[in-house]
Amino acid sequence: MKVKVLYFAALREQLGTAGEEIELPSGVGTLAALRAHLRGRGGAWQAALADGKLVRMAVNQDMAPPSAAIKAGDEVAFFPPVTGG
Amino acid sequence: MKVSIQAQDFDAGAEIRALSRDPKVGAVASFVGVVREVGMTLEHYPGMTERALQKIVEEARGRWQVLDCTVIHRHGALKPTDQIVLVVVASAHRGDAFAACEFIMDYLKTQAPFWKKEAAGWVEARASDDNAAERWK
Repeated sequence: MKVKVLYFAALREQLGTAGEEIELPSGVGTLAALRAHLRGRGGAWQAALADGKLVRMAVNQDMAPPSAAIKAGDEVAFFPPVTGG
Repeated sequence: MKVSIQAQDFDAGAEIRALSRDPKVGAVASFVGVVREVGMTLEHYPGMTERALQKIVEEARGRWQVLDCTVIHRHGALKPTDQIVLVVVASAHRGDAFAACEFIMDYLKTQAPFWKKEAAGWVEARASDDNAAERWK
């Protein structure tokens, strides 16, 4: 099950990538689980996505809570709290 | 209803006049956000940004009598005194126009995926913006 994952702003810089295609391991079916999976890469991933960090998430371009389900083909995004206006 | 994400500047007067042509319109409220003190670069999430702003405008239309609305937000490099954002709301009466305009700005601040970066680094989100959005719930 593949999903497209995008990273923006400070998170994109910390992780050194703007996005990737990820093959989800079985059992990774929510945003919270995907975040934990990415954290497992260690290093910058562990630091930027740590539990205490404020990270906002979106599924298919709608803001979504950590409990939101993800499925094959979804576009998922991780980013810091927004600062427009 | 018009939502535009663009690098180029906008003419607030022309946008306001464009929403004043319907004879049912009795009030046009507007807000212009301007870069204060230091320059910045604005990053956004193409696609989601437009979608988020459309949703905010729809939410405002559900709460107040809105005849027409324009939201323009710039991205890219901006310097002090540059215009960043414009919200214009046309309604029959001022109460609806003022409230919808303020609501759209408050929600834009917490829901639209824009991020400001200054020379000193990324701008941190402010709790006061969350509080401003919360009061409409």
